[in-house]
Amino acid sequence: MEQTNSTATQPEAMISLRNLRVSYGEREILHGIGFDVMRGETLVILGGSGSGKSTLLRTLVGLERPSSGEIWLKGKNIAAISSQEMDEIRKKIGMSFQGGALFGSMTVGENVALPLREHTKLEDSTIEIILRLKLDQVGLSGFENYMPSQLSGGMKKRAAVARALAMDPEILFFDEPSAGLDPIIAAGVDQLILELKQAFHMTIIVVTHELASAFLIADRMVLIDKGNVVAIGTSEEMRSSTHPRVRQFLDRIAEPAVSEELDYLQMLTEEYRRPGR
Amino acid sequence: MELTTQIGESVTDGLAYLGALTRLGVRAAYFTFIAPFQGKPLRLQRAVSQAMQTGVGALPILSLITFFIGLILALQSAYELRKFGALNFVASAVAISMTRELGPLITAIVVIGRSGSAFAAEIGTMKVTEEIDALETMAIDPIHFLVTPKFIAMIVMLPCLTIWANSMGILGGALFGVAQADFTLVRYIQASLDALFLRDISTGLIKSVMFGITITAVGCHEGLSTGAGAEQVGRSTTRAVVVSIFLVILVDLVFTALFFFLSER
Repeated sequence: MEQTNSTATQPEAMISLRNLRVSYGEREILHGIGFDVMRGETLVILGGSGSGKSTLLRTLVGLERPSSGEIWLKGKNIAAISSQEMDEIRKKIGMSFQGGALFGSMTVGENVALPLREHTKLEDSTIEIILRLKLDQVGLSGFENYMPSQLSGGMKKRAAVARALAMDPEILFFDEPSAGLDPIIAAGVDQLILELKQAFHMTIIVVTHELASAFLIADRMVLIDKGNVVAIGTSEEMRSSTHPRVRQFLDRIAEPAVSEELDYLQMLTEEYRRPGR
Repeated sequence: MELTTQIGESVTDGLAYLGALTRLGVRAAYFTFIAPFQGKPLRLQRAVSQAMQTGVGALPILSLITFFIGLILALQSAYELRKFGALNFVASAVAISMTRELGPLITAIVVIGRSGSAFAAEIGTMKVTEEIDALETMAIDPIHFLVTPKFIAMIVMLPCLTIWANSMGILGGALFGVAQADFTLVRYIQASLDALFLRDISTGLIKSVMFGITITAVGCHEGLSTGAGAEQVGRSTTRAVVVSIFLVILVDLVFTALFFFLSER
């Protein structure tokens, strides 16, 4: 099944994917993905385990190299640029990792200030002010001297968002923002994403399999299944979709037993392959 | 046929591994010597705190071990020397074997156990928790940020520790000398110094610098190539220790042979 859904490049597209293919070794994970992300919108990438959604996100932030295809980001095809150019683009994007990925040997404040200290020549006092501002934005004022291990799961996520915001990015990526959080804390993180969207009109891309959270924050959604785009559209369009895979995903219908086993194996091999590269 | 394929495979694997270590070392050298002139400042502060951990932190255990090694060396050489009534040569035997060989080697092995394994565990954990990925998405090179300070710390600290280890070894030998071979402490140390040439000490120090480079490269490489999951961190740590010990002995052999043939002329 090869459905790329690529629309003509619109002037306000922030990111454009064209026939993107990503492989780990012999195995192709993404089989020709194509869609646009508009400036200022919140796009949720939905998909089950092993669908390739995390790989897609890793490719978008430059952690994986596509085997073919194009990713246009700020007028540059990041599938084909040098690592110096990629570093320049990376200063304009922020990424919040699933587990937060805060540096355990540094305080929350040092974590958030790190990109500023690395990439700017700002005075310490200025960095201090920006740091307070960013922590305030995510509701963590006064926590700059805590170590990440002293924070709860939800607070770690917030601190990670603050670090992602440090360089005032134009695009913010979230990997499973509500994974491992209880519903109330997860709702708080969703709320934070909504606030960021309203306050800064940032382009936000969220990878998740949490339907409730997806429908709350998304302007548009993309459903990825087995490395292909199955459907793309607004929340209403997704809700009223009659596509069998979309219905199955939204109505949470289990896979038939036989193919489930295959999927499970596929998922396992994917999990196994993913980090080793 | 099967055997030749296997030998061929392990040789290429070994060469690939050495290649990866070299690449890591070259990148770290680039960030130490070239990048500071291109606007990427060196992280001396991180190197200093790393040096405190790997160097100063190792002093107590290293002192104890090398003191004992010196004492053992004295006992072992005395066993043979007393047959010739040459117990007063104990001092030179201990001094030469400590500075030329055992000082650098024991220091390297203690540092592998304390720091080489810690490098692999630290970087491996960061890999598993996506912290390395986070560095990359922030446009911070993990080699620049994590690996280079470790190289600097180790290259500076290993020779320092080796000098300390040499002195502690000689002190250990002195304990035997004073108790059993009619030396006074001052005369023992004088005898040790008389037996040593500068070459004995400097070859040991050159070796220790090479050991430092080897241990750091292996520890960091094993950390960076950690797979997914906590158990992989354990695997990398174990591998870092085993591979480091092997490579340190190999480097030791190469340099000892080199010094041997150079001094012949």
